[in-house]
Amino acid sequence: MRKTPIVVAVSCALLLSAAGARAQGAGRPIVVASKPFGESYLLAEMFAQLLESRGFNVERRPGLGATEIAFAALRTGAIDVYPEYTGTGLVAILHDTLPDAVAADPRAVFAHVSQRFEDAYQTRWLPPLGFENTYAIAVTKTTARRFHLSTLSDLARESPHLTAGFTADFIGRSDGLVGLSRVYGLRPRAVRPLAPAVKYQALASGAVDVIDGYSTDGLLARYDLVTLVDDRHFFPPYEAAALVSQQLERDSPSAIATLTLLSGRLDVQTMRQLNRRVEVDGEDVKRVGSDELRALGLVGGKQPTPGARSSVQRSSFWSYLWDRRATIFSLTMRHLLLVAIALAAAVIVAVPLGLGLERARRVAEPAIGTLGVLQTIPSIALLAFMIPLLGVGVTPALIALWLYALYPIARGTYSGVRDADPDAVAAAEALGTTPRQRLLWVRLPLAAPVIMAGIRTAAVITVGAATLAAFIGAGGLGEPIVAGLALADTRMILSGALPAAVLALAVDGLLAVVEGLIAPAHRRQRLWERHDRLTSPGGASG
Amino acid sequence: MRKLWRSSTQWGAACTLKCMPTPLSARNVSHRFGNVIALENVSVEVAAGQATALVGESGSGKTTLLRCFNRLIEPEEGDILVGDKNVRTESAVLLRRGIGYVQQLGGLLPHWRVLRNVALVPVLQERSDAEDAAREALELVGLPAAQFGPRFPHELSGGQRQRVALARSIAARPGVILLDEPFGALDAISRSELQQSFDDLRRRLSVTTLLVTHDLAEAGRLAEQVVVMRKGRIEQRGSMRDLVHAPATDYVAHLIERARAGLEALVS
Repeated sequence: MRKTPIVVAVSCALLLSAAGARAQGAGRPIVVASKPFGESYLLAEMFAQLLESRGFNVERRPGLGATEIAFAALRTGAIDVYPEYTGTGLVAILHDTLPDAVAADPRAVFAHVSQRFEDAYQTRWLPPLGFENTYAIAVTKTTARRFHLSTLSDLARESPHLTAGFTADFIGRSDGLVGLSRVYGLRPRAVRPLAPAVKYQALASGAVDVIDGYSTDGLLARYDLVTLVDDRHFFPPYEAAALVSQQLERDSPSAIATLTLLSGRLDVQTMRQLNRRVEVDGEDVKRVGSDELRALGLVGGKQPTPGARSSVQRSSFWSYLWDRRATIFSLTMRHLLLVAIALAAAVIVAVPLGLGLERARRVAEPAIGTLGVLQTIPSIALLAFMIPLLGVGVTPALIALWLYALYPIARGTYSGVRDADPDAVAAAEALGTTPRQRLLWVRLPLAAPVIMAGIRTAAVITVGAATLAAFIGAGGLGEPIVAGLALADTRMILSGALPAAVLALAVDGLLAVVEGLIAPAHRRQRLWERHDRLTSPGGASG
Repeated sequence: MRKLWRSSTQWGAACTLKCMPTPLSARNVSHRFGNVIALENVSVEVAAGQATALVGESGSGKTTLLRCFNRLIEPEEGDILVGDKNVRTESAVLLRRGIGYVQQLGGLLPHWRVLRNVALVPVLQERSDAEDAAREALELVGLPAAQFGPRFPHELSGGQRQRVALARSIAARPGVILLDEPFGALDAISRSELQQSFDDLRRRLSVTTLLVTHDLAEAGRLAEQVVVMRKGRIEQRGSMRDLVHAPATDYVAHLIERARAGLEALVS
């Protein structure tokens, strides 16, 4: 009986790793990934559909953290292909600077980057897709008129009067704000880090004056913005291309040939239009991707009926959820599995740890303090640290979640056992109980409510943190949240966030029942006593 | 194990009321906590079946001395004998199971019912009649087992809880019982009642008793021998009569004077 939870946890772990092993085995699917923004989702979806149309087995891992996470995943072979940009490869991965003459020429940059990637990382750039997507520093028309802005030099001149809203990625990158400040002398009054999904709204509402966009963003057109000219040619060319893992190149030349079919087929106008359909009109990425592949004649099948598009828009949020119920259910189950395994493993480690520390009190506070410091590492950073060690997917996510769950449980166990009724413990000792008997008969039962409080805290934290596991491809309810953030799709975000909230409440409620069952007998009895008083007055007076 | 005190075995055929009383002896005992001297060359003898009270203020070393007898404290120097055995050579756990112990705030296990609390030591000794022994001990301290056995400690008054702690300390019929301010936290009436019950009980069981108290009147009422301690040393040892008629030191005289003043304040 007592071993049941452990058995369940272990078999769940086996189940998950078996699922992982299947992906690694013979005839394994090609793993197509993307970074967490709309265009990347769309291109990855097109890669995936193109491969599927030629009979390849494909697994989708969209929305991987950011450049570092996606590229680490590619290098470790956790994914096989994702869309990347030459400028990003040059600056963010290679950390190279090129002579101006070379940097200005997209062909030369592509040649340089693909050669260096081949040498340094054994990963291959397929020929570019045909469009550039550079950073577009944008302001509203009103701001442009008021401050006479048309170039980045103009912006630098007026920047002390302006508030910038940039993505965190852009703020930190040397081909982002750092370089802009160096080259143009850009010094905004304030810089607000903004999520990609909200920056256009922030600009439109006047909360910020200038944002970083992508030149192919569908939203640039929607909000009627002015893109400032890069008059000193600071930004390198950002040509989009498929970046392919070494093993895919080695194992499946036909897949490479298939992916190359898209090279040179997408121009800037097409891409803007497609992005607009995804980001502005809220159309399904799958559908937009397949439309375009058909239009390019790369896959067969009849053209979709026009008009079906807008019906998606009109359907209510609840019917949207209802339509996706199967997906949401399976994501919820996966989420629950992640939480259950991480939490069970944390209980197995942290409860004995707390008990051990209670016997070695000198090291207890430093040890628990160290676990507490882990708690302060932002989840996304912890997940990023895991990638070089463990790749992407379920394993690093489980370990990160496990680390987060350790602290509340160890703290609860330590404090609970340390502070358990000192008089009772002292009397039990004086009457000849062994330390083990005191632990099992007195201290653990009396500490149970405090230990359970720690476990419940850990459970709720884990349900929340597990949504971030989607950034490293572990799945779960974070998947629609990450995708929704990337595609500025509120309904999609909520279709992950709402079930996650419900799950947190449900898990906490379930553990509350467990807590009631293992509460010390006199506390449980008090509940009955209350009941007795209601039914038979004076039942417990004495 | 839990089954043990739920089953309704037949009541008490095998129990004997009297136990074998054990003499106690502390010889030239010294102990320090860090730099603080707790005991300095202290010797005390308690004859089998007799009661001795250790009296003194906080910090006098009386509790430290008491706790040496069941090895809750290992003195740095000197010998402690329980019966003819030096406690240093005994297993602490087994030694303690043979010695009753009552502390100021009972120390009942709050999540165990009264009967299970009282049966603790007999169960530790793996006695098959543990539950009967517990019932008998409860009856001895004036708590009907059928009425009080199924309750939890928090459902009892302070005096009843101390009675249960007393029952627990004698359930296994130890030859010795150690009491550390057992009635200190009770109101005056409960204390007086419990002192009376305890005095009857320990005479009936003829158990060797070592009692720590700061109350000279309580010491005189419950013990044949009173040991006055101060700063880890013994000021005087003797019957209450000796102390009153021939106080050995100013401190003892002062203590007696204060106790007498307290009594006179009551009648004036």
